[in-house]
Amino acid sequence: MTQNYEKLPQDAFTRIPRDTQEAEKISKPSVSFWQDAWRSLKKNKGAIISLILFGLIVLMSFIGPMISPYEPNDQTITHANLPPKMPVIENLGIMDGVGTLGGREVDLYEMKNVEQNYWFGTDGLGRDMFSRVWKGTQVSLFIAFVAAAIDMLIGVIYGGISGYFGGRVDDVMQRIVEILTGIPNLVVVILFILIMDPGILAIIIALTITGWTGMSRVVRGQVLKYKSQEFVLAARTLGASDTRIIWKHLMPNVLGVIIINTMFTIPGAIFFEAFLSFIGLGLQAPDASLGTLINDGYKLIQYQPHILLFPAVVLSLIMIAFNLIGDGLRDALDPKMKD
Amino acid sequence: MARYIGKRLIYMFITLALIATFTFFLMKILPGSPIASADKLSPEQRAVVEARYGLDQPLPVQYFDYMFGLLQGDLGISINQFKGANVTDVILSRMGPSAQIGFQGMLLGTVLGILFGMVAALRQNTWVDYGSTIVAIIGISIPSFVFASMLQYWLGLKWDLFPVALWKDGFMSSVLPSIALAMFPLATAARFIRTEMIEVLGSDYITLAKAKGASGSEIAFKHAFRNALIPLITVLGPMAVSILTGSLVVEQIFAIPGIGEQFVKSIMVNDFSIIMGTTIFFSVFLIVVILVVDILYGVIDPRIRLSGGKS
Repeated sequence: MTQNYEKLPQDAFTRIPRDTQEAEKISKPSVSFWQDAWRSLKKNKGAIISLILFGLIVLMSFIGPMISPYEPNDQTITHANLPPKMPVIENLGIMDGVGTLGGREVDLYEMKNVEQNYWFGTDGLGRDMFSRVWKGTQVSLFIAFVAAAIDMLIGVIYGGISGYFGGRVDDVMQRIVEILTGIPNLVVVILFILIMDPGILAIIIALTITGWTGMSRVVRGQVLKYKSQEFVLAARTLGASDTRIIWKHLMPNVLGVIIINTMFTIPGAIFFEAFLSFIGLGLQAPDASLGTLINDGYKLIQYQPHILLFPAVVLSLIMIAFNLIGDGLRDALDPKMKD
Repeated sequence: MARYIGKRLIYMFITLALIATFTFFLMKILPGSPIASADKLSPEQRAVVEARYGLDQPLPVQYFDYMFGLLQGDLGISINQFKGANVTDVILSRMGPSAQIGFQGMLLGTVLGILFGMVAALRQNTWVDYGSTIVAIIGISIPSFVFASMLQYWLGLKWDLFPVALWKDGFMSSVLPSIALAMFPLATAARFIRTEMIEVLGSDYITLAKAKGASGSEIAFKHAFRNALIPLITVLGPMAVSILTGSLVVEQIFAIPGIGEQFVKSIMVNDFSIIMGTTIFFSVFLIVVILVVDILYGVIDPRIRLSGGKS
């Protein structure tokens, strides 16, 4: 093609002057750190599904005991050891109230003349497993969340002070942490449970007594990293107090790491609670957590596997969901890992 | 290096002394008497029994006796569970089964985990990768006692492949407990190796190896795998902890006459000296493992500077 620009009608074009103001304008709305994190978290299917799943479990742990017509601790001896039976699903051939009795498959509900349905079956004392499982979930989650919150609080304060003030303070505080972390967690937890009256409080104290050291290490590292940066120096030059620097300038930067760390302490706490209950150091009857329910179920595994099945499934789902959410959050909040 | 090890050893001793002191005084304030049916004994009988176990001495004397005994490897005498047997002997006699399932579990878990992680990294974003990731997530999430009960129910009871429990059929008895213990190391190793391998595979020297015409398997094994393996040493510590924690419940579930099972039992019957002895034994084990892991890491990978301690 030959170049015949001159032949083009000049008036068909208008010159667009370069506007210096326009050049500075950012066409897309600016994204804050948290919006950005939420965006990358949304892309992580596993984390989102886990988040929904976990939300459902929390919801059920509250409304589950309410929608069940039976109280978690009400015993109906005549209804003992019934297998699960749920309307609709029973047509599929599972959860239809059929159990083995003396080696034969029988509808135990018909045999024992039970009119009602027990969705998750009943245990050896005729207690409704549905309300017990959700009540137990509630207790387990409560213990885990409180323990994680206390860990976080102590860890952040300890690590923050140690990292921010540095010097001799840091030296002394770190030597203490070094010795504490040397003591195996398992040993401390068991010893503390032994000297206290068993119960929710004892478990929470035992879990938090050394649990905070991990958080304090992470927070200290982060504070050390950020406190020597220019924006902190600038704030200090402008006369900001220590409290203001810590809360306004350091905390927002450390928050991501704190959240990630907490997301991994919670499943750890859930596991330890269940573990302690399983070896008989946990909650005492009639209180139930997922761990004690699994322990009860385990004793009857040969004859009544459903008593073990439901709490074990709920516990496993919570653990899987938390690990996936934690992984997703770490990828979303940790800029180092960003692709 | 020597200075670092020396420093770590001093810390180790301080930690152990603290644990021993702590355990000793904790046991003293525990509710319940260690002497079986203490209420039925007359004051004279009681005094005789207490004198036999040194319980009539003032507390500081008991404490120093205990600490000196510890230095010589003497953990005291079992009070009610094994009627006067030496705690050290009790622990040693029960170490065999625990060590066997622990070692087998660790070996099985790490080897399978490395395999899974490697395959996942080499076939990234395929169904192999997703499958191995799912196995890893499940392995980390599901508690060993849930997994152990499932194994026992399906493989032991329903399908009758392995003994359901007890320690009677030699190796066959150890299969299910070892698998149950292997889950956590497997999952940890698989995740770790996958991340490391992907990182290593993206590095310059792999590109160079490719440019020089090295074959795929040569790159995978000779270059990538070796370098990905080194950092795995750092997770050996958490793995050992998980094996030990797991052994408490797994031994209980499979009725294995190991240290874990006996520890849980002695908690139930208030056998103070066994509880103390086992606690200290566990602590020594874990602390030594972590120390060895840290030192090994520095020896194998010269890029790590040990003087800074753990980061």
